[in-house]
Amino acid sequence: MNQILLSIIKKEFWHILRDPQTLVIILLMPILMLFLFGYAITLEMKDITTVIIDHSKTPHSRQFIEKIRSTDFFNITGFNIPESQIEDIFFRRQARCVLVIPSDFASDLQTEMRTKIQLIIDASDPNAANFINNYFAQLSMRYNNENNPRLAMPFSVEPRIFYNPDLKSDYFFVPGLIAVLILLISALLTSIAIVREKEIGTMEQILVSPVHPVQIIIGKVIPYTILGFIDSILILLVGHFWFGVPVIGSIVFLLFALVIYILTGLSFGLMISTITDSQQMAMMAALLSTILPTIMLSGFIFPIKSMPLIFQYVSKIVPATHFLEIIRGIMLKGNTLLDLKVQLGYLFGLAGLLILVSVRKFSTKLE
Amino acid sequence: MTNSGYTVHVENLTRMFGTFKAVDNVSFQVKPGEIFGFLGANGAGKTTTIRMLCGLLLPTSGKAIVAGYDVYKDTEAIKRHIGYMAQRFSLYEDLTVRENIEFYGGVYGLNRKQIKTKTAELLDYLKLWEHADKLTASLPLGWKQRMALSTALLHNPDLIFLDEPTSGVDPESRRNFWMLIYELSEQGKTIFVTTHFMDEAEYCHRLSIMRDGKIVELDKPQSLKQKYKADTMQDVFMKVVQKVEA
Repeated sequence: MNQILLSIIKKEFWHILRDPQTLVIILLMPILMLFLFGYAITLEMKDITTVIIDHSKTPHSRQFIEKIRSTDFFNITGFNIPESQIEDIFFRRQARCVLVIPSDFASDLQTEMRTKIQLIIDASDPNAANFINNYFAQLSMRYNNENNPRLAMPFSVEPRIFYNPDLKSDYFFVPGLIAVLILLISALLTSIAIVREKEIGTMEQILVSPVHPVQIIIGKVIPYTILGFIDSILILLVGHFWFGVPVIGSIVFLLFALVIYILTGLSFGLMISTITDSQQMAMMAALLSTILPTIMLSGFIFPIKSMPLIFQYVSKIVPATHFLEIIRGIMLKGNTLLDLKVQLGYLFGLAGLLILVSVRKFSTKLE
Repeated sequence: MTNSGYTVHVENLTRMFGTFKAVDNVSFQVKPGEIFGFLGANGAGKTTTIRMLCGLLLPTSGKAIVAGYDVYKDTEAIKRHIGYMAQRFSLYEDLTVRENIEFYGGVYGLNRKQIKTKTAELLDYLKLWEHADKLTASLPLGWKQRMALSTALLHNPDLIFLDEPTSGVDPESRRNFWMLIYELSEQGKTIFVTTHFMDEAEYCHRLSIMRDGKIVELDKPQSLKQKYKADTMQDVFMKVVQKVEA
């Protein structure tokens, strides 16, 4: 039994080492993707193209404009255009918001309780419109506090932000990307390893020997767990040292959770391999069935709580949903395994279930 | 384990793929130490029959006892007692000759010491010492086939299934391969071989000719030639096929 298992593991390592090109792809692809997505996906906004129409033309209004200019959120691209052209500017995407300062701005500021200025926003991207609105509200409140001391505030909210004080979206996305990439790589590795043997005909020779399916499967999974683990560590290193995502919790906990997550991915790959016959099919199946649900349904970008109820249930069987809570919990909050026992339980359950199904489906017959 | 005195005992064996009868109600027996040939065109049902006897495919109906074990219930026992060489070369091209032998030795449960002596034995036998650490992909096809046969013999089975072992091999290598088969037969091993080469059919002790899933003739090559008043197996085969079509 042990001799058989050992032979299969050894053979699988030979395959890996004999094909250095594939090995390099396996090790470098996730890192390249991490760089690519790490820079491409961000929720932070800056350089909002802005046009300002200043009817007031007073030191006060110029001081206010200076305030806007000094942030890197707004990028002033036009000045004092005729108001009839506002819509035209939105149409041609030359600005995403237009600020109109009325002519009585300076005098109102000194005499009236309320000073009105107008902000016109292009809300074809409602999320961005919201951002612009909020950012501008903050900016003007600060200006009011400085310039209109008579304005009394009933109370004010003083936020303190935990775990990600600078609200960097890298902190949110890099762990998420790690979850996507590890699942993808591990599912790809096993599904291709088995389907390749079906394709070139070597599986037939193994099936005619007295090897038990469990031995074939474990013999295939162990080498790729090690490979997937090396991959994960590389990704983590880039995430930590390049993107600066902290690891507040225990690195040992994190690695432990990683192994379970890799096993989930590998066993998912096994399941794919039992239902596909060509490497190309296996690759497509692995790509589609890992990337899409992980990105859409795991809370990687879109919050689960705001999904329709049915999708909230579906998200429970997406392994990344639980791993994301674990990895964000450990890296950002310093959670211990005890805090994450529910998520770990789900992950264990999913891995076990997938292995069970694929061992059962893995047939020692040719059909 | 059932013992009928035959190494392979098949009765009314049938295999359907959907509505297609790949093997249609086939019956035959193979005696111990015999070289039993399966002759037929591509698609006649030879490979399907072999796969059922090796436990790779479940029959739809009928009975088959291989090396004393039932193909429905005891496939694991069958697998321990037979050697099998598939139609397609099925060793690993990206492994060396030695690694392939070691791997299959391990798969058949040989221990480290047994694997070592077996490897040396096989390399001697195949005269492959100088190529032992070269990738299998670099060997000529004739050698690959001999290697595949030898790895199928690692666990010393008494019954060996060879599915078109010489397709694509040059005549010289084919002759050498059949010398090997004869040696094995002399050692008392039973050989079950399929082929579509008529000259090879002459080498078999007994021969069955398959057509559209059915066995249409089964006898010694000599008797078949007498029956059809033919000089070569080629003629016999042509006459058998014409008779069926008429």
